[in-house]
Amino acid sequence: MAASLLPPPDPQFVLRGTQSAVHALHFFGGAQGQGRPLLLSGSLSGLVHIWSLQTRRAVATLDGHGGQCVTWLQTLPQGHRLLSQGRDLKLRLWDLAEGRNAIVDSVPLESMGFCRSSVLAGGQERWMLAMPGRGNDEVQILEMPSKTSVCTLKPEADAKPGMPMCLELWQADSSPRPLLLAGYEDGSVALWDVSERKVCSRVACHTEPVMGFDFDSQKARGVSGSAEKALAVWSLDEQQALQVRGTHELTNPGIADVKIRPDRKILATAGWDHRVRVFHWWTMKPLAVLSFHSATVHCVAFATDGLLAAGSGDQRISIWSLYPIRSDASTPSLGHAEGREVGTQTLA
Amino acid sequence: MDPAQSAVTLTVREALHTLSSSEDGGRLLSTLGALKRYLSGAENSALPGEQEEFARMHFSAVLRCLVGRLSPGWLELLPDGQLEDLWASFFLEGPADQAFLVLMESIEGAAGPSFRLMKMAQLLARFLSAGRMAAVMEGQSRQLTEPAFRLLQETLLTKVVGLPDHLGNRLQRENLEAFLPQNYFPLLGEEIMRVLQAVVDSLRGGWDCSVSFLSQVLGKACVHGRQKEILGVLVPRLTALTQGSCLWRRVCWRLVECVPDRAMEALLTGLVEAASGPDVLSRLLGNLVLKSKKAQFVMTRKILFLQYRYSTPMLQSLLGYLAMDSQRRLLLRQVLKELLETWGSPSAVRHTPLPQQRYVSSALLICLAHLQDTELRDSRDELLASLMAGVKTRLDSSLPAVRRLGMIVAGVASTRIHPDGPPLRFQYEEDELSRELLALAAPPPVADSPSEAEASPAVETPDRGSMDGGVPQAQSEGLGSDLDSDDELVPYDMSGDQELKSGKAPAYVRDCVEALTSSEDWERWEATLRALEGLIVRSPAAAREVSVELAKVLLHLEEKTSVVGFEGLRQRALVAVVVTDPALVAEYLTSQFYALNFSLRQRMDILDVLTLAAQQLSRPGRLPKAPQCGSPSPTSQPSSTQAPAWRAVVQERIRSKTRRFSQRSPRWGPDAGPNEFNLVAGYFFFPLIRHFDRPLVTFDLLGEDQLVLGRLVHTLGALMYLAVNTTVAVAMGKALLEFVWTLRFHGDAYVRRGLLSAVSSVLLSVPAERLLADLPDELLEARPWLADVAEQDPDEDCRVLAVKALLLLEKLRDTLVPLSSP
Repeated sequence: MAASLLPPPDPQFVLRGTQSAVHALHFFGGAQGQGRPLLLSGSLSGLVHIWSLQTRRAVATLDGHGGQCVTWLQTLPQGHRLLSQGRDLKLRLWDLAEGRNAIVDSVPLESMGFCRSSVLAGGQERWMLAMPGRGNDEVQILEMPSKTSVCTLKPEADAKPGMPMCLELWQADSSPRPLLLAGYEDGSVALWDVSERKVCSRVACHTEPVMGFDFDSQKARGVSGSAEKALAVWSLDEQQALQVRGTHELTNPGIADVKIRPDRKILATAGWDHRVRVFHWWTMKPLAVLSFHSATVHCVAFATDGLLAAGSGDQRISIWSLYPIRSDASTPSLGHAEGREVGTQTLA
Repeated sequence: MDPAQSAVTLTVREALHTLSSSEDGGRLLSTLGALKRYLSGAENSALPGEQEEFARMHFSAVLRCLVGRLSPGWLELLPDGQLEDLWASFFLEGPADQAFLVLMESIEGAAGPSFRLMKMAQLLARFLSAGRMAAVMEGQSRQLTEPAFRLLQETLLTKVVGLPDHLGNRLQRENLEAFLPQNYFPLLGEEIMRVLQAVVDSLRGGWDCSVSFLSQVLGKACVHGRQKEILGVLVPRLTALTQGSCLWRRVCWRLVECVPDRAMEALLTGLVEAASGPDVLSRLLGNLVLKSKKAQFVMTRKILFLQYRYSTPMLQSLLGYLAMDSQRRLLLRQVLKELLETWGSPSAVRHTPLPQQRYVSSALLICLAHLQDTELRDSRDELLASLMAGVKTRLDSSLPAVRRLGMIVAGVASTRIHPDGPPLRFQYEEDELSRELLALAAPPPVADSPSEAEASPAVETPDRGSMDGGVPQAQSEGLGSDLDSDDELVPYDMSGDQELKSGKAPAYVRDCVEALTSSEDWERWEATLRALEGLIVRSPAAAREVSVELAKVLLHLEEKTSVVGFEGLRQRALVAVVVTDPALVAEYLTSQFYALNFSLRQRMDILDVLTLAAQQLSRPGRLPKAPQCGSPSPTSQPSSTQAPAWRAVVQERIRSKTRRFSQRSPRWGPDAGPNEFNLVAGYFFFPLIRHFDRPLVTFDLLGEDQLVLGRLVHTLGALMYLAVNTTVAVAMGKALLEFVWTLRFHGDAYVRRGLLSAVSSVLLSVPAERLLADLPDELLEARPWLADVAEQDPDEDCRVLAVKALLLLEKLRDTLVPLSSP
């Protein structure tokens, strides 16, 4: 067995030229018939670069955050819209259709934290946005594009979970009720029922703040990383109760981001130790340690075709192609915010 | 006089007269027919007495007469070649030895290419193909030796074995296939086999026979260097025949015993080479080594100690042969003792070439494998003593290959000689050589008492293999794998996933000194060591302020915790220090080289560091590369790694579109730049060369610290080479040649290699005109020395290096001659 080990992989290619640390990555397009996807990257200097993976060059640069760090990027299914969140306390909505890059709308943020927002968008005109709210531990839900505040999710007075660190809005296939998963500063993950404004369940996964998580709604299982030396895997049962399934020890502490690949075979973590780790999603067996970067890796992202991108403090974005997705895969890649959005993209 | 005899004489005389004078075909035919009656086996033959007399007294004369008459006209006296057939039948049917001698004589006597010569040669070929050679030899084996007979036998022997040479000389280009050595000697082998068969048959019948002539033929053929051809036929046959028959075995032993002493060596080496194993050899030779002094000498000394061209299987069959009989085993023990002595003797280690040492080592291990524990126990002390002495000599050697050989053999031999005692264990990496030698040490398959010592490591290896594989561990981890069948997700190698320790490294060079000397925090210490080289390269000015101090710390640094790659880290850091501040640090390091309280390791480190630093300094284009290992600077990043790819593409395009008119390959030389070594070469070189002959209490370069001396010489040579195009090169060259001259007869091969390469680097680095102007005497002296080394040095590398230096000298002369001539 020892002899048959593959040598550690190398990146397929590397994108340079952001000229500052990369803090957000997002693949855009790339579903069947559309050629290779575009990659969006948000940098510390407030710029959003749009990279063509064909030419491996930046095709456009968006400057809308006044030189403040871009922390989150998300595209919407309707009409090539991009949402970007910056540390200038603004959420910008961009129109990218037909080569445009204009700010269409802007939402003010009221939290100075590092929490990334989340959207829930079906095929309809209206969509839902979750973002950190005014109060220290609040999460605000807006209905877009009207920007009407739907509600503010505030934990009970005695809970004291600290600031929300990461959010994910989702909707179970069986019911129309939107749900929100939130990772908090005290290391716990909570499931909110948005329409009832109450916590369904809350479980302490880490002793340090949750830095990033991803949730597989089909298997009702999620994985979260924090500042500590372990990954936590938790699951949601039929009674909407969260429970920790296990933890997985790492060599070095600190996980900045966790992403599960759309086909739910593997997951990748962005490590403070400059490395990207790849695990088998179901068994949590470690598969690879990608060491290329020379500074903290801030974010990872998967494309629908299985490409993995990692952005790091060393100003480079590495693109990896591991365990290619077989085209005849029978499992549909739906049921998950990212996947659903891509599914509708093909229709648009 | 016996009337019958006289009748024969009369008939023969008359017939000879007729043959020599008559031109009448019918008369000749009847005369020859009459003579033929005397040959045995002819129709209506003469009385046996008459036949015998004819054969003994007149046959040669008749044949000579027949040869004398041979001419195209004579043969055509009768139609249809009747005469020729009859003529030839005399040679082919008469007594073979005389016919053979007359044939050879007439062929040798022929003046030049002629009809007669060709006829005779063809007849000889027929003679050979008819198997008459067996008759020649058989005739000799029936006759028991008598004094007068000796001479004839001697002549016959020369002619039989020398036949290809004689005919080759005589016929030149018209030589026939049958007489070529590669065809003739296998034929001779076949004939010998037939004679041996006849001998065996007659022995069975109760008649006496002698094989001494056969032995002589065999021996002489071997002396002529035809072992492969003749034994290639004989040995397989004899191997098969001796298997079942005792008589054959005895005949075979006798055959080998009767070989004259001077041919014994050739025959035995040929036999050992041709025999397929010890048991075959034992069947063929019997107890020859005990009976013949010469054979004993060849088998136990010459093949083992004086020559080393034989293959390992040959050694195995030779030593296996010695081990197969209880009487011969005594010899084997003797051989083992002598092998051990030779193996460990300092003079042998120093003066014999490496392949021979390897040969002796293999022989030693094979010997050990053949001997049993009880036999070894008797002379254990003696063996152990010479083994230990040998180990010491070998480990003292400065050649890694010799040390390695010492370690491998000592490890095996100690467990074998003294199985209960503590075994010698050495750390060496396995390679082909060690595996081969270890395989030799394993007991032969037929061994009666398998020794535990050898058996156990073989059993251990598979165990270890499965232990570090970690298969069960990985499987137990995949608990939930029953749901998914994702077998295709093969994990990559994750061994590089180690804990990150960069957090504790200091950010300034000055802090490193403190961290390395006084820090009790080992993580910080290690991180400092890892970061040091980068820090020095990044901020040369800051490093220059503390350079000597830093060099001192690094030189004295000890590996307190087990840090992976400690030596390399320390060395790279030291080199970086020397490169940033060459003059001061080099001065410090060279002064420390001859200082009192250093270990040999540290002294050698100093030499290595100086060489590496000199190399970095003298290499042009070093500077632009250096900042790259520093912090990532945004401007230089994007182009740095992509450049080679596009450059290659562009160059490829240029090449494909360009037509070149000359065939000279385009030169992509290194970018030109100033040689920074120029200014500081003196600091590196002269302090090192100055004190080598002053022994200290702890350090004696000319005494037993010859390893360091070898390193020193190599370093000086390297520094000399790196000082090419510098102004001090001439002074350095002069000093170095003087230094070389004083040490030129050093006993250690490693030192001599260094000296020779130093001479070469002087020749390369010092400009030709300056060499001739400033160092003519030194060069003149060096030349005969180099020629001598090139011819006689036992070490192969030394010889090669000397030849290279001589070539450089030649080239130097060639460049100077056209300069001076116009």
